[in-house]
Amino acid sequence: MSFLEYRVKTAPTGIAKVFYIHWALILVVTAVAAIGWLMLYSIAGGRIEVWAEPQMKRYAMGLVLMLAVAFAPIWFWRSMSGLAYGVTMVLLLIVEFFGTVGMGAQRWIDLGFMRLQPSELMKVTLVMALAMYYDWLDDRKVSRPLWVLIPLVLIVAPTILVLMQPNLGTSVMLIIAGGAVMFAAGVSLWYFGAVIALVVGTVTAVISSEGTPWQLLHDYQYKRIHTFLDPDADPLGAGYNIIQAKIALGSGGWAGKGFMQGTQSRLNFLPEKHTDFIFTTLGEEFGFVGAFSLLILYALILVFLLVAAVQNKDRFSQLLIIGIAANFFLYLAVNLSMVMGMAPVVGVPLPLLSYGGSATLVIMLAFGLVQSAIVHRLR
Amino acid sequence: MRRVPRDTEASSRRFTRRALFMGGCMTAMVAVLGARMRFLGVEQADQFRLLAEENRINIRLIPPNRGLIQDRNGKLIAGNEQNYRVTITREDAGDVEEVLDRLTHIIPMSAEDRADILKEVKRNSPFVPITVADRLAWEDFSRIAVNGPALPGVTPEVGLSRVYPRDTDFAHVVGYVGPVSEKDLEGIESPDPLLRIPKFQIGKIGVEKWMEDSLRGHAGTKRIEVNAVGRVMRELDRNEGEPGADVRLTIDADVQNFVQARLGDESAACVVIDVQNGDLIAIASAPSFDPNLFVRGISQADYSTLMQHDHRPLANKSVQGAYPPGSTFKMVTALAALEAGVINADSTVSCPGYLEFGNRKFHCWKRGGHGRVNLERSLMESCDVYYYDIAQKVGIDKIAEMGRRLGLGIRHDLPMSAITEGNMPDKAWKIERHKSEWRVGDTINASIGQGYVLASPLQLAVMTARVATGMAVNPRLVKAIDGKEVPVTPPEPLGLEGSILRAVQRGMFAVMNGKAGTARGSRIADDTMLMCGKTGTSQVRNISAAERASGVVSNDQLPWERRDHALFVGFAPADAPRYAVVVVVEHGGGGSAVAAPIARDALLRALYGEVPPLTAYPADQRNRMETLLKELPLRGADGKLPESSKV
Repeated sequence: MSFLEYRVKTAPTGIAKVFYIHWALILVVTAVAAIGWLMLYSIAGGRIEVWAEPQMKRYAMGLVLMLAVAFAPIWFWRSMSGLAYGVTMVLLLIVEFFGTVGMGAQRWIDLGFMRLQPSELMKVTLVMALAMYYDWLDDRKVSRPLWVLIPLVLIVAPTILVLMQPNLGTSVMLIIAGGAVMFAAGVSLWYFGAVIALVVGTVTAVISSEGTPWQLLHDYQYKRIHTFLDPDADPLGAGYNIIQAKIALGSGGWAGKGFMQGTQSRLNFLPEKHTDFIFTTLGEEFGFVGAFSLLILYALILVFLLVAAVQNKDRFSQLLIIGIAANFFLYLAVNLSMVMGMAPVVGVPLPLLSYGGSATLVIMLAFGLVQSAIVHRLR
Repeated sequence: MRRVPRDTEASSRRFTRRALFMGGCMTAMVAVLGARMRFLGVEQADQFRLLAEENRINIRLIPPNRGLIQDRNGKLIAGNEQNYRVTITREDAGDVEEVLDRLTHIIPMSAEDRADILKEVKRNSPFVPITVADRLAWEDFSRIAVNGPALPGVTPEVGLSRVYPRDTDFAHVVGYVGPVSEKDLEGIESPDPLLRIPKFQIGKIGVEKWMEDSLRGHAGTKRIEVNAVGRVMRELDRNEGEPGADVRLTIDADVQNFVQARLGDESAACVVIDVQNGDLIAIASAPSFDPNLFVRGISQADYSTLMQHDHRPLANKSVQGAYPPGSTFKMVTALAALEAGVINADSTVSCPGYLEFGNRKFHCWKRGGHGRVNLERSLMESCDVYYYDIAQKVGIDKIAEMGRRLGLGIRHDLPMSAITEGNMPDKAWKIERHKSEWRVGDTINASIGQGYVLASPLQLAVMTARVATGMAVNPRLVKAIDGKEVPVTPPEPLGLEGSILRAVQRGMFAVMNGKAGTARGSRIADDTMLMCGKTGTSQVRNISAAERASGVVSNDQLPWERRDHALFVGFAPADAPRYAVVVVVEHGGGGSAVAAPIARDALLRALYGEVPPLTAYPADQRNRMETLLKELPLRGADGKLPESSKV
């Protein structure tokens, strides 16, 4: 759909756009972020300036960013998609070769006021690029091998760079979110079946070959896989965080110990308690009730996004919203499974709650794009 | 401009279908997550709650015992001692000030300490235990334990802490441990959970730092049951960790002690190395400091005393000090010229006391000149003009190449901190570093180890060992880890012709034993242990033409920091080299008068394996040596200093 079409059918202009913004979404997002501030305040032992205040400032910045993005028309963002993707790729290449070494992995660019992780940004720009691609592509061609190959390259190229950092969590998210956009765009199910069969086959072959004369990997590599999959086997290394986290969640019980009453002394050694493992504090202090309420809020956000995607008639907007919803879902699913000991620890933050600049701003930017799609949709 | 509409009814329906499918998947996953929350938080919660309503389980780490550091004969250099300490936890104490007040009735605590503790308690999270008193006497400790109920949040603990029984002797080699800092944690990908224990001590410098992985060991865990105020009720199970490995050094603690005592209060360094296998027998740097101060937490006053001392006690001069090697470098120049064939051992150069080049005059240390000088005499009397001349013939690049072959300008890898690379300049280096052409004047300066040439005492020791044996000896500091010997790789030959080496060694022999030898006063009298050596005196200032005209100011009349550095390198026995030695005395004056006597004593101490007998000294020096040796403050068998020497 072109700019002219929009003009003909009229999308809201000027200040009138305010009335079309999805305020309920903003409300729920703010509620989730506010839970995060409470937790950060509690983890810092009742001090606001340690983590909560910087995080509130970032959220405020994010909110302004979101509204600014929402006010720009969605066709502007579509025309920007290729450029955005290209710039993010360049940034990824830069961190790969010149990045600051932080926590052992080269992940961010220091902008002075914040550290930007291009891999976080890539989660959004990849979705933009794929949505634009399928918006441009003739619908009859989507399942032809050559036209499937192009989006695959778009997905795999940044994934390899991110994997080299090494950042397994983000790599997995890029692949699945990219796959989700392709799926929504209508790529034949055979491709997905083939990929899933290939992955399952490889994993089965590798695992079942252990101990047999034809085993595919070295013994030490198997050992690594085992500690990765079963952290309990290594209670001081990889399993340490998980065991601590489970104890915190378990001791929270039904209604928790109350705000600021979490006995984090047992989490003394949990290095990520304000970032990736923030959920454990929520579970400990507000129990199952608190944790489940958060889950409901997250589910509400996802419902908003999916409804907005289905309501929208513009293909770019549809795919963009679906991709962003997939990303948001992956953030929380991977993080929660990891914290609750259902998945290996891969270092994915809990969206809107975890302390950190890049993830928060990128999520707000993504929601800005969603708002823009909602504001400028055909009515 | 309309494009072809791409949104057909079919594709739109398909999108809705697939979006709903994805929504279904998400719902399923959210349901799984919810179920898991319920499982952990509600159904499995009992497993984490204990029998008693308010009790809970804690996993605590058991810090492993740190490995010992021993000398080559197993004498203890760094060990662990029982340490009774008391910590306070804000969370459990309630009113910290009140509890501290009660504590002051039991153990003495100054107002300053009290303020420090309060500040520390406020700065940390409420659950972090803060050390209130360390190294308590057993009586005080047990009194606190008995009064436990009146002191909520106060925990008496028994731990091990690091102790260095031979305190000042090994401060520079072994370094010390200290609590983990944020800076230590940066750059570690997945820090050992041990490092998160408040006040856990890790190596900060020296062997303690560089052998940290071997020394630290692996943490154990214990599961303990604690009650609502955090008091430990009982231990549920325990998994002892793995203690750190003991590290045995190549250093001989007694030789090290002797050398350190012999250097005294000079700002000096001394290295003794086994020329056969590169074992470092002693690496001393003076003045030294007591590493135990750092383990206990050094006071600001003590620290600034150390920092402001003009002899720089904190610097490890033996490996991190880079000095112009002065005349001790002449062997390098000579070997380069001999190998290139531009001279032979008998070629002579005439020394009028200076060499004129262009409009500059390069002086020999002896104003009147040496006359005709061959290689042996040039070393024995340390004639400078001889080297000005042959260096021009052979060129700087060949000299630099020989220097590097002998171990100069290379960083020797030892588990010690701040090891310098020194500097072995050549033409390419100067263009790279100073963006200007190498000049012949630079070669002339370099030929006698001045100008851009810089070497550490360690490098000079390696050089001397290589000259003594003709082998590429590499220094090593670690003899065994955890009882397993570190294998010695036998050194490769340097590829220098025997006749060339012998010519230079003859010159070094003449330095000590020749009639006009510059270090004749420091020769060894025991015929089985005759010594070879070379003195060096390196300028730290420029001597102007005006000063030279009116007579060079002697070192005694200069302020300390402008005096020349005194250097000496040597090895013994001359016929079958066993140990090489290097002594550098900063601003000590002349190498022959200051550095050589120390070097001789160090060599003799290593060769005899005990304080050398007077028969090893020339007859006329025995009286003087007797008093000198008797007055050295040496440690007894228990590693303690004699009472009389304590200040």
